[in-house]
Amino acid sequence: MTDFSSEIVFEARDLCYDYAGNIPALQQINFSIYSGELVALIGANGSGKSTLLKLMDGLVFPNSGEISAFGQILSEKTFQDRKFVKSFRQQVGLVFQDPDVQLFSSNVWDEVTFGPLQLEIPSEEVVSRGQQVLELLGISHLKDRPPYLLSGGEKKKVSLASILSMQPKVLLLDEPTNGLDPRSQGNLIDFLLQWSSHGNCLIFSTQDLDMVEEIATRVIVLGKEHQIEADGQPEKFLLDPDFLLRTNLIHEHSHRHKTLIHRHPHAHEHEHQS
Amino acid sequence: MNQDDFLTKNIAGLTSALESVILNEELAHTRGLLQSLDPRVKLFTFVLLIFIVGLARNIWILGIILAFVSGLEFSTKIPPGFFIKRVLLFLPFTAIIALPALFITPGDPLMQIASRVIITTQGAHTAGFLLLRVMDSISLGMLLILTTPWNVILLSLRWFRLPAILIDILGMTYRYIFLFLHAANAMFLARRSRSLGTFSGSENRRWLTRMLGSTMAKSQHLSEEVYLAMLSRGYQGEIYSINRLQLHNRDYLWLGSIITMTVILIWSTYR
Repeated sequence: MTDFSSEIVFEARDLCYDYAGNIPALQQINFSIYSGELVALIGANGSGKSTLLKLMDGLVFPNSGEISAFGQILSEKTFQDRKFVKSFRQQVGLVFQDPDVQLFSSNVWDEVTFGPLQLEIPSEEVVSRGQQVLELLGISHLKDRPPYLLSGGEKKKVSLASILSMQPKVLLLDEPTNGLDPRSQGNLIDFLLQWSSHGNCLIFSTQDLDMVEEIATRVIVLGKEHQIEADGQPEKFLLDPDFLLRTNLIHEHSHRHKTLIHRHPHAHEHEHQS
Repeated sequence: MNQDDFLTKNIAGLTSALESVILNEELAHTRGLLQSLDPRVKLFTFVLLIFIVGLARNIWILGIILAFVSGLEFSTKIPPGFFIKRVLLFLPFTAIIALPALFITPGDPLMQIASRVIITTQGAHTAGFLLLRVMDSISLGMLLILTTPWNVILLSLRWFRLPAILIDILGMTYRYIFLFLHAANAMFLARRSRSLGTFSGSENRRWLTRMLGSTMAKSQHLSEEVYLAMLSRGYQGEIYSINRLQLHNRDYLWLGSIITMTVILIWSTYR
């Protein structure tokens, strides 16, 4: 049985990943993520955030270098061990960016119970967990609804519920606030803060700097060259408009009020003077 | 067909398919006699009735079943016009198959159309029998589908020991067909919003081919992502599920009534 008590949750060493063998998605990635950390992965479109989350979830494997979770290298070989797969999947949950990818069951209840059932958790426990997460996210009334009759926000909530029912210690979220209205975004942020207060590890990719400011204790910035551009505390980057501009995270018309970046859209014929 | 006809008809067709799925789902959740039955019992008894329709040798048995289905239809709160329209949709195809029987079946003359074209009583009986049999089967099938959400039908199929993987593939196919209907509808609307004037038939066909190709590529990408999402939640080749269906007194009562009716009809057919 894998030992999950280790403090380091994920460790990447010289990790590289290419699409179709020659399109680089990630280059020379190095980091260690510890339990209890709330990590924001930020970067421009196509910088490799989603791919990195898939690597952390053991869904794809590096072309070179290595990534390990709880001290165990994640590779095709380790995922052939059913015992390891079961332990790993119980500990790590990934919420995909597109909820339509994740909601493949015929109704919400089947979706929420899918994960725990595959992990061979006893039926009574699965039912109890399913009811708990539906209540927790306020979606019990959607229990029998098929996914195609859910709104975008409801789909996001069901996606999250389908992972929470597995009771993971590490939650990977790919652009969680994407497509949510401001109120739902606020509710999600509140929920994630509460969830992570129990010592759980949260790693999320986002382009929403407000979310980074409210949740993250650490930020990893992926650059256009698919490498880690910066890694550290959020304040260090969020207060540096030049850095944010350089990494495509803000527009040149944005500026900051105290710690909040604010944007005044306007148009002009010439570029801004630096 | 001009540009506007081409786009309008396709948009209307796709929208109506989407609306029909939503409407069916609403009807299946309406409070009615059939909607309140356990889906396993409903599926079993409806298959039994369709089996009886197939075995029936007397036209009056088919008439009784049709009357029974009509009565059931009223108890489901499905608008009769909506139901009849769907049943009648299939009849022209059967009528084409039944038509020759009117003229080629030997027997007593019933009606003379032209000097040498005669409809026989036996021919009319055979054609009527075929039409009624098809109408009974379609009405029963339609009633089952309209009063049971698709996901619940799939759930009850599991109880009949159909391989779980087959049922899950069926469920996922239905779920993602709906998603692609949405995508196709959006593509047609996007084209209409950018179109001025008319396009020739060949241009429309080229555009349609490109759209099909792009939808195909999207579906392949989606299937890969869905597989990863399944792996991420512990899927290792076998899908496990829990049965949450429960039988009530009304289910036993319904089952008993249908079995009794079936026995009587079989007895009266083969006595």
